[in-house]
Amino acid sequence: MLYVQVLVNGLVLGGLYSCIAVGFSLVWGVLNVINILHGSLIILGSYAAFFAYQYLHINPFLFVPVAALLLFCLGYAIQLVFINRVMGSPVLITLTLTFGLNLLLYNLMILAFKADFRKVTLSPPLGSINLGGVIVPIDRLISMGFALALVGLLYALLRGSRIGRAIVAVRMDREAAQLMGVNVKRIYAITFGLGAAMAGAAGSLFSVMFPISPETANALLGKAFVICVLGGLGSVPGVMVGGLTLGIIESYSALFFGPEYSVTISFTLLILLLMFRPTGIMGRRGYQ
Amino acid sequence: MTAMLRLINVSRRFGGLIAVNNVSFELRAGEIVGLIGPNGAGKTTLVNLITGVHRAGAGEIWYGSERIDRLPPDRIARRGIARTFQVVQPFPLMTVLENVTGGALFAGGVPTIRAAKEKAMEHLTFTGLSHLAERPASALTLANRKRLELAKSLATNPRLLLLDEVNAGLNAAEIDAALDLIRAIAERGITIMLIEHVMKVVLKATSRVLVLHHGELIADDTPGNVTRDPRVIEAYLGSKFAARYGSLAP
Amino acid sequence: MMRVLAFAVAVVLVMLPALADNYLLRVATTMLMYSALALGWNFIGGFAGYPSFATAAFFGLGAYASGVLQTKGVPMPAAWALGGAIVAVFAAALGRAILHLRGHYFAIASLVVAEVLREITNSATDLTGGGMGLNLPVLSLDVTAQARLFYYAMLVAAAAALATTALVAHNRLGFGLRCIQQNEDAAIMLGINTLRYKVVAFVLSAVFPGVCGGIYASWVNYIDPTDVYDVLLSVKPIVMVLLGGVGTVMGGVYGAVLFLLMEELVWRNLLQFHAGLLGIIVVCLVLFLPHGLRGAGWAKLWRRRTGEAAP
Repeated sequence: MLYVQVLVNGLVLGGLYSCIAVGFSLVWGVLNVINILHGSLIILGSYAAFFAYQYLHINPFLFVPVAALLLFCLGYAIQLVFINRVMGSPVLITLTLTFGLNLLLYNLMILAFKADFRKVTLSPPLGSINLGGVIVPIDRLISMGFALALVGLLYALLRGSRIGRAIVAVRMDREAAQLMGVNVKRIYAITFGLGAAMAGAAGSLFSVMFPISPETANALLGKAFVICVLGGLGSVPGVMVGGLTLGIIESYSALFFGPEYSVTISFTLLILLLMFRPTGIMGRRGYQ
Repeated sequence: MTAMLRLINVSRRFGGLIAVNNVSFELRAGEIVGLIGPNGAGKTTLVNLITGVHRAGAGEIWYGSERIDRLPPDRIARRGIARTFQVVQPFPLMTVLENVTGGALFAGGVPTIRAAKEKAMEHLTFTGLSHLAERPASALTLANRKRLELAKSLATNPRLLLLDEVNAGLNAAEIDAALDLIRAIAERGITIMLIEHVMKVVLKATSRVLVLHHGELIADDTPGNVTRDPRVIEAYLGSKFAARYGSLAP
Repeated sequence: MMRVLAFAVAVVLVMLPALADNYLLRVATTMLMYSALALGWNFIGGFAGYPSFATAAFFGLGAYASGVLQTKGVPMPAAWALGGAIVAVFAAALGRAILHLRGHYFAIASLVVAEVLREITNSATDLTGGGMGLNLPVLSLDVTAQARLFYYAMLVAAAAALATTALVAHNRLGFGLRCIQQNEDAAIMLGINTLRYKVVAFVLSAVFPGVCGGIYASWVNYIDPTDVYDVLLSVKPIVMVLLGGVGTVMGGVYGAVLFLLMEELVWRNLLQFHAGLLGIIVVCLVLFLPHGLRGAGWAKLWRRRTGEAAP
């Protein structure tokens, strides 16, 4: 029974993880830029949700779309002003740039919010439910539901909407897309904005479940890395698989080794994957 | 006499697609052999198999008395098999001279950079590029880039040279010049395999033609016989062409 | 002319302890360490063109290897050398494992190695002191003598790094690495054993940070994992080389000097905003000076640089 509980814990966590990683994967897959800012953007969304709850009494779950919108605008601006100038440059340049931007954002957050941890404590607390012997906290369950819904929404957007199809086209063949009349610059900005929006939404959900601090950003970035490599870059289903897998792995490793090793284990997993199967579980494919 | 290059039942597939299907042939020292076939027939894949870029799924590739189908590409290059790329692959920010020096210094076996540069200059003169020695490779015209590709390959001191569509994109005058160059290379004792779509070159320069279609070798004969082979006509040449060029072939 | 200047600089560097006070000596020692780190990174990031973020991993490993050896009684210089050797072996193995990756995948793998090493160091409390840090044996020398000792140690490390860079730049290895950086597939077809060349460059990019880590540990007498495996130790050398000129011989040195001047003059007063200011500098550098400060007009050197223009 314990193992089933651990499995369920892992799946619930994994849903949130998918939401955390999908924005990162989108930006990496379409712009070929590794967004070192991603973790910080998630935390920014968390803080927004936290302060909205503390001062405006807006429920973090309801705040999700607001966080998404705010972060979309920020992401759009960041891409347009900074990242746009280095599109097509070697990895070293784009990576160093997002590193630098992240240092700046991180420092600003430390100055604004201080490094101590905050947590959203819902009042009244939501409690847990018992599903056939397995106990699941309701806030986590709702988070997972929202997370999966958001990921599904993004997937539908990419497949169904005009913008979504344009994004996929740019991912597959930038020049051909341009010839078809797609404004590639704008698509890049929108894609980055979408990535940031997903980060903000994930952050809003995250604030309910875990304590937040600017220091947490790096760990979240690390998880996003692992999930993308695990699930295979370039597909939303891949991110789902990666997120759920990581959630389960962390859950079981916490059981056997203790929770303090979860970062080490996921990073070791990452290196092993990169050494032997960088395309991950599902392999690399174009965005679908 | 051992053949210089021998392929025995070589096959290679990519997923569901069989790119090269049970191909066997020989190249003898000093020959100039043509390899023709429609696009997608597997010609470049064949070159990639010989040079070690891809590994054959089945079959053997022999170079002299040594089996090479399991070797990595840099070792095969050092043994004297060189190739040019269909889409030229220079070192863009290095000078023309440095590009060719690279060939001489590594696979070409020249011990020092200075000596390699001298050797490289010789190859540049041979290919008519010496006046461009100090220009960056990315600044060259297409015809000259093809020559650079050729010079680089020659610098590696090959005994076998695989030329992958060296004439694509060149005009008539440039093609004639390329033909002269190919003959000059052969006179140095280098065995050449020419992958070509430009039939004029194939007919004038080669003594033997291999025809690939859907990965299979459908003909291995003199140019004259190949242009009259009904299978080849149907698969690639077309009857109008065959009639027109039939007279050109020996 | 250049030779006279270089000679003069060398003389000043050797004589510095006699001329400067302890504060200046400390700054100079840091500058030499930065130079060695930057020159080290240049082998893999500049010559070979592989974006390595592993410098922190090598520095930290060198610091701990040397530090632990010293706590076991190994004399300091031997500990430094052995530490460097351990890092070199580690880099060779790591290189074989990850140098087949390209671009982003390689960058991530190299970045994550430091994190993993940090966590392992943190957990191996018996050996390394874990999160509480490692105390190194204190030398029985007065403050000034110690300052001079560590200054000269870093000077030797930096000089060795510079000499190696100059050697590699003009020999076969350097030529081969440049070919790999320009077009790796073409390089293979020309007979270059690219994996071997890359591993050599990677080991070179490790051994100098590794030795510096050892010297640093002895210099500050106390190290902890967060301190020596700090990701900024991977980022700063990259920024320095970007400033000074990627893939050149002196680029790392110029960049290190400039970076240090900025750090000492401007930064010191803005402790709260240290990371942010570094971030701003990085952003400005990448956006406005992609070829470093030497980008303007040095046509021949320009060609030797990493291809930074969009293809």
